[in-house]
Amino acid sequence: MTTLTQTEGTPAPTGADPFLSVRDLYVRFSTEDGIVKAVDGLSFDLERGKTLGIVGESGSGKSVTNLSVLGLHNPQSTEIRGEIVLDGQELTGAPEKTLEGLRGNKMAMIFQDPLTALSPYYTVGRQIAEPFIKHTGVSRREGRLRAIEMLTKVGIPQPKLRVDDYPHQFSGGMRQRAMIAMALICNPSLLIADEPTTALDVTVQAQILDLLKDLQQEFGSAIIFITHDLGVIANMADDILVMYGGRAIERGSVKEILTTPQHPYTWGLLSSMPRLSSDIDVPLHPIPGTPPSLLNPPSGCPFHPRCAFTDKVDGNRCSGERPALPAGRSAACHLTAEQKQSIFIESIQPRLG
Amino acid sequence: MSDETTTLEKSVPQPRDSAPGEPLLEVKGLTKHFPIFGGFPIKRKVGAVKAVDGLDLAVHAGESFGLVGESGCGKSTTGRLITRLQEPTDGRILYRGKDITHANRKQLMPVRSEIQMIFQDPYSSLNPRQTVGTIIGGPMEINGINPPGGREKRIRELLETVGLNPEHYNRFPHEFSGGQRQRIGVARALALEPKLIVADEPVSALDVSIQAQVVNLLQKVKREMGIAFLFIAHDLAVVRHFSERVAVMYLGKIVEVGDRDSIYNRPRHPYTHALLSAVPEASVEEIEGEGRERIRLAGDVPSPVNPPSGCRFRTRCWKAQDKCATEEPPLVQIGGNRDGHLTACHFPEDPTTVRDEAVILDPALASLETSHTDD
Repeated sequence: MTTLTQTEGTPAPTGADPFLSVRDLYVRFSTEDGIVKAVDGLSFDLERGKTLGIVGESGSGKSVTNLSVLGLHNPQSTEIRGEIVLDGQELTGAPEKTLEGLRGNKMAMIFQDPLTALSPYYTVGRQIAEPFIKHTGVSRREGRLRAIEMLTKVGIPQPKLRVDDYPHQFSGGMRQRAMIAMALICNPSLLIADEPTTALDVTVQAQILDLLKDLQQEFGSAIIFITHDLGVIANMADDILVMYGGRAIERGSVKEILTTPQHPYTWGLLSSMPRLSSDIDVPLHPIPGTPPSLLNPPSGCPFHPRCAFTDKVDGNRCSGERPALPAGRSAACHLTAEQKQSIFIESIQPRLG
Repeated sequence: MSDETTTLEKSVPQPRDSAPGEPLLEVKGLTKHFPIFGGFPIKRKVGAVKAVDGLDLAVHAGESFGLVGESGCGKSTTGRLITRLQEPTDGRILYRGKDITHANRKQLMPVRSEIQMIFQDPYSSLNPRQTVGTIIGGPMEINGINPPGGREKRIRELLETVGLNPEHYNRFPHEFSGGQRQRIGVARALALEPKLIVADEPVSALDVSIQAQVVNLLQKVKREMGIAFLFIAHDLAVVRHFSERVAVMYLGKIVEVGDRDSIYNRPRHPYTHALLSAVPEASVEEIEGEGRERIRLAGDVPSPVNPPSGCRFRTRCWKAQDKCATEEPPLVQIGGNRDGHLTACHFPEDPTTVRDEAVILDPALASLETSHTDD
């Protein structure tokens, strides 16, 4: 049986309360096939003005986590347990009215696909101004002026004309800029960006990422940046949380995760992707197997069916006992610190080049 | 690769009639314009999307030729023209010296069995109503090929080659994960022992940890069976890993082509510089902002309906001058470049990937950054 330690993943108190604090978050959906354990005991903290990168493959629970921060789940089919505290305010179980007052105002989101996230029926300007008008109660005309100001800020050429365009008249990169303008219009203190550049070309992606970074400096927002691309996260984040099978399995600063990763899954991620500077003509080192189904997640450590190092752990701990993710810089793995270090130095580091 | 050696040795094809040096596939001046119809009451042609506009390339036997570029640059259309899934507007496609540009169905039969395709989306490229056996056996059935020992035996061999369980012969595509489906697509492409595989973004729909599995499989297939690849992708790191020669496309044209080392370490075209500098790299140097040049272009790729005159990149280029608008730069070897490294630019960049000062063309970015440095 899987044993579950209750204190798991509680980062050490750091004196001042963090701006956003998520504790033991569980999100479950009931579907026809059974209960999907999308997020399984997740805890993290985020401070003002910082960027937390959440990395994981599809189905690792990274998007679901952030939809639950915003309270965007259908309450009928979703079970959410745990604590989400934003600036001292409890969000799980908060009434819809409270959440409505926060969404688009104190916290905002940038979605992956700007074409589906923008409504084709309304002009871009109207959609950008909507949260501003709703939360500040200004007139439509003032809202429009503010929308033009935001469009200028995110670099849309001829903003006074383009404010009356419809989304289909914008190119992919411009739509994503419009989404950023919409998210930032009320100057939110928390911005959640869910794969904001995955649908974009690489040169446009570079523009958007830099723009987000520069705007963050100006607005001072905290950002949760969700992506599957470790390269993007290296550019954007201060701290990284690696997720797998609905759980956080490693956390640390960007530098720590990239230079001294501790979890076998992070090792696998880093050594399976080719880089512009890596050796050619050597095979890549893929992670064997496929990501787990969240309908029936593996017992114990969710990564154990794909892990190459389970034999180094005594007994059946990997499949029987769920490894805890201790506070601070840590990895949820049964390997001892010495084992991790020696495996990393001997066999993983040479692969990273 | 010893652990991956399977039953492939016997099927290694000997380079047959094509003389050494002669390319397997040669494309000259390939053009595809998709007409745009409009007007009322009678619809007539009002313009054309110039998807591919005068493309020259050559793929040699056993090599992997990478085609990179952003969406809308015509790289996928090029692949579909070469496999003759679409009819070229102009230009010539030579396969082993034979002109197949406008060959009819019957003439294409033998060629089609030697040029196969792997598609991007493993979910839509497999028929959900057919079993894996039928899917992989399809090309053999169409071409009336009966391998010794029967088709089923061959299909099971193929399944093993691509790393799937031969027992899964009777399963349906929905029973497999994305990576496994892509393996089925690879097995189907291998069924006729092709000489050339056109792989159109074969890994971009897959999860990061699965991508490497498929790239390794393609690498193994290429090495052990001597198959040439036209590898179309937007991921520059994957192309670098897989292709010996690389062409960079922009708005229907090749702007730079050369061996891997030249393109990635000594690029000359400003667009290649911009593309390489935009790739996010997971390295510590990246966090500290060291090592690579930083170029941020303004805006998106212009529409291929009305491409800019002269050099097509000039509207986003920081070196553009009057000459660029009037005169189209030819794709030539610039002084100091290696043989085969061709660049289409009037004012090429230095052959390096580092520079002291960043090039920021995006107006919003530039103004934000100057205001930050003023603080």
